[in-house]
Amino acid sequence: MIDIISLISMVAIPLFVLIVLVLGTFKRLPTYDLFVEGGKEGLTIAVSLLPYLLGMLVSISIFRSSGALDFVISLLEPVLNIIRVPSEIVPLALTKPISGTAALAVTSDLLKSYGPDSFIGRLASTMQGSTDTTLYIITIYFGSVGIKKMGDALKVGLLTDIIGIITAITVITILFG
Amino acid sequence: MVHLIWAGLACTGIIYALFNGTMLEVNEAIFTSAQEAVQLVIGLTSVLIFWLGIMKIAEKANILVALSRFFKPLIAWLFPDLPEDHPVMGYITSNFIANLFGLGNAATPLGLKAMNEMKNLEQSEHASRSMITFLVINTAGLTLIPTTVIALRIQYGSTAPTETVAATIIVSLITTFIAIMIDRLFYYRRVNQKK
Repeated sequence: MIDIISLISMVAIPLFVLIVLVLGTFKRLPTYDLFVEGGKEGLTIAVSLLPYLLGMLVSISIFRSSGALDFVISLLEPVLNIIRVPSEIVPLALTKPISGTAALAVTSDLLKSYGPDSFIGRLASTMQGSTDTTLYIITIYFGSVGIKKMGDALKVGLLTDIIGIITAITVITILFG
Repeated sequence: MVHLIWAGLACTGIIYALFNGTMLEVNEAIFTSAQEAVQLVIGLTSVLIFWLGIMKIAEKANILVALSRFFKPLIAWLFPDLPEDHPVMGYITSNFIANLFGLGNAATPLGLKAMNEMKNLEQSEHASRSMITFLVINTAGLTLIPTTVIALRIQYGSTAPTETVAATIIVSLITTFIAIMIDRLFYYRRVNQKK
């Protein structure tokens, strides 16, 4: 099953490009002109996105490098322990919504210290794979179109992260105990 | 709210560094992370140009419409505010498919383009209902193969690197479903508040 899925993901992109180009040519479309037209839109999006992303990444890294993140984690640990979140996983749970690279570093550290086949290792693997970095997605998606009023997006996104953590702990406990 | 988070993270960090003696690290972090952001966007630029170029051809060749027709009931249920035969449906569908197969490089440009189309439909500075739903589904991160995690597990000598794949799928399915429900709840709350 996994082999099939990874095979699909390997050939999916080149195959899709092939189908698009063959069909486009077959329908007598000016493929190269269209490619350039779409590409220019991509460039515009990338340019408008840069200040949003840069601002957010700098702010997050100030918070992280000052040690404030670790401090907040140590404050929240006892609280989260009450609702049975293992304290080893707390740093990952708190970094995951904020920073993708930081979360990856934490996961890799957990796998190294506890072993990938331990309870913590499996939990970390599942959490790392099952949610995306909320703040990053919101920053670039809203940033690229200049949305200033985000409505409930951030609230719902962060709530989703909490639910993701609880679900991961529950599922891993049931599957691997 | 994002203003508070943004300024809050930076201010707390700098004030904490004052007491913690980590000013040197903070100073360094400001410049390295700014540089990292530029590199990140340059990396994104290449896939944005390539994917949106290819997708423009796909759009004109009616491939996007065909693709979205296949998933129409689901997408129309998720995004009741969007016009059914608009290209935006195709971009949303292909973003979901790309995410599902863990093709993050392809998914982000498609998602950004979908946001662009939604913005053109609304012409407002406020996030529309559809935009919020779209973002929430994206942050829930439904994926079939968490490739990075499998690679990490192999690197640290797991005897069964893929054994958490099923758990990951179950967790992200449940999370995505609950996220959609919360999103609907918040939407109905907004509608009620306006009345």
